[in-house]
Amino acid sequence: MEYEISLLTTMGISVLFALSLNLITGFCGQISLGHAAFLGIGAYTAAMAGKAGVPFLATLPIAMVLAGAVGIVVGLASLRVRADFLAITTMGVGFLFVGFVRQQDWLGGELGVSGIASTGLSKTAFMALTLALCVAAAALSLYIRAAWMGRVFNGIAEDEDTMRVLGIDAPRYKLVAFAIGTALAGLAGALYAYQLKFIDPGSFGFVDSVTVLSMVVVGGIGSVTGVAIAAALLSALPAWFQFIGDYKLLMYGGLLFLMMRFAPGGLAALAERFFTPTPDSGEPSQP
Amino acid sequence: MNPVVNPAVNTSSSPAAPLLSVDGVTVRFGGLTAIDGVSFDVFPGELLGLIGPNGAGKTTMLRSITGVVRVTEGHVTLEGQRLDALPIQQRIQRGMSLSQQLVRPLRSMSVIDNVALAAGSAKTVRPLRSLLHVARTEELAVARQMLARVGIAQHADQSPATQPLGVLKRLEMARALALHPRLLLLDEPLAGLNSKEARALADTIADVNRQGVTVVLIEHNLGEVMRICSRLVVLDNGRKINEGDPRTVMNDPTVRAAYLGGDAVSHAAAQGGPHA
Repeated sequence: MEYEISLLTTMGISVLFALSLNLITGFCGQISLGHAAFLGIGAYTAAMAGKAGVPFLATLPIAMVLAGAVGIVVGLASLRVRADFLAITTMGVGFLFVGFVRQQDWLGGELGVSGIASTGLSKTAFMALTLALCVAAAALSLYIRAAWMGRVFNGIAEDEDTMRVLGIDAPRYKLVAFAIGTALAGLAGALYAYQLKFIDPGSFGFVDSVTVLSMVVVGGIGSVTGVAIAAALLSALPAWFQFIGDYKLLMYGGLLFLMMRFAPGGLAALAERFFTPTPDSGEPSQP
Repeated sequence: MNPVVNPAVNTSSSPAAPLLSVDGVTVRFGGLTAIDGVSFDVFPGELLGLIGPNGAGKTTMLRSITGVVRVTEGHVTLEGQRLDALPIQQRIQRGMSLSQQLVRPLRSMSVIDNVALAAGSAKTVRPLRSLLHVARTEELAVARQMLARVGIAQHADQSPATQPLGVLKRLEMARALALHPRLLLLDEPLAGLNSKEARALADTIADVNRQGVTVVLIEHNLGEVMRICSRLVVLDNGRKINEGDPRTVMNDPTVRAAYLGGDAVSHAAAQGGPHA
């Protein structure tokens, strides 16, 4: 039972992390190849705050605020660059984070931080909290998509210049997407630190940014349900099949490529195509 | 403060302050001077035609008003406030809207959703406000009304990706109208329409103008321009070559020469009756 609880917690954290990227990349169309940095900022913030004696529940909002604040700074870069240049910029932010942490002795340097404070919760209660936060993030995502903010994000994702001609302050909306998305990543990072009790810079590198991006792409960019399912499945796979751990980058990179090439809409679009009775493409063959 | 709302007034002798003022605007792209020291005013309630042969700088002029293009010299002022430093979206928020020459519908949403998004400008002006509002019944009603106004209500629920240019042109205008602008900038709204559609849409433009919206119209269909515009500004090679009452302007030998020097045949044909 202990194993299942631990696995469910891991899956919950992954889903939360993937949903956070989905807000930025899926909803608002801003690609990020350095999202693991924000998971790392949340994790290190919670770990250090916990060590300093801050109670568990108080470390969560602190982690969110710090990750969100750095997210806004990175978001400012998104105002200047677009699409592929933004991908490279965010990738750089990811490397910068790892490079920075490795050099900081007070953050444990290469060795990382161990002996992270206890949450004071039982494993089951921690799992329940993680899953509850996960559901809350999914609910927030669904709400944003239904609200006017979601419509604006959608428009910016498609054509930012047209949105400006419609009087939409696109830069400000992009910053908001970065702020919310990176704050949620910070929350996921804090939970990650408390679950593993040990963090090191290697857990927040490029591979992890690609992993979370592949979760979003496999699920269907922008689809809350699709991304949640994909993140849950893909995070459980390495636990079920040990060998995947050794070929993580190959597998996630390959999945990313295959989905982009053959099913750019992800699982969500595949499901929709499967369940829609008469798709447009089927019409010509109808009598 | 000026009592500016005074529509349908012939402003040639009116003391009203201009709604929009273009003052000595020059736009250079590298070594090319696209607009050279152009000045003109647009008065409240006017339907101003901005005409000239191809390459005269009309679209660049409009883009420098909206802020897509930055002016190299000179100023653009709206109700006495300088717009020079403002980005596009803030100029739009101050009451102007643009129907672009090259149509740019959002293809991921239906025709009516495109217009409803513009109609929700009051709810999308700030991110926080957009987060707190979900319902869009009113905006959909406004959108439906705007689509009917430009004559494409029957395409409301379809995707813009499958529409012909004529529908997209009118979608572009419906979207501009949905912003409830005080100053409507139209860049060739009649292009791609057949003569009947063009006439109907020109009537709609005149109608919108009569209801108090000031309009600046760029259009190659001179027949319709002469029919609905109250005043013309003519550009050629980036310079203003004439301005005034449509009939007088079109009788000016300089204006005629500018058109005859360009692709005169098609414009002469357009004057007789627009082609599809």
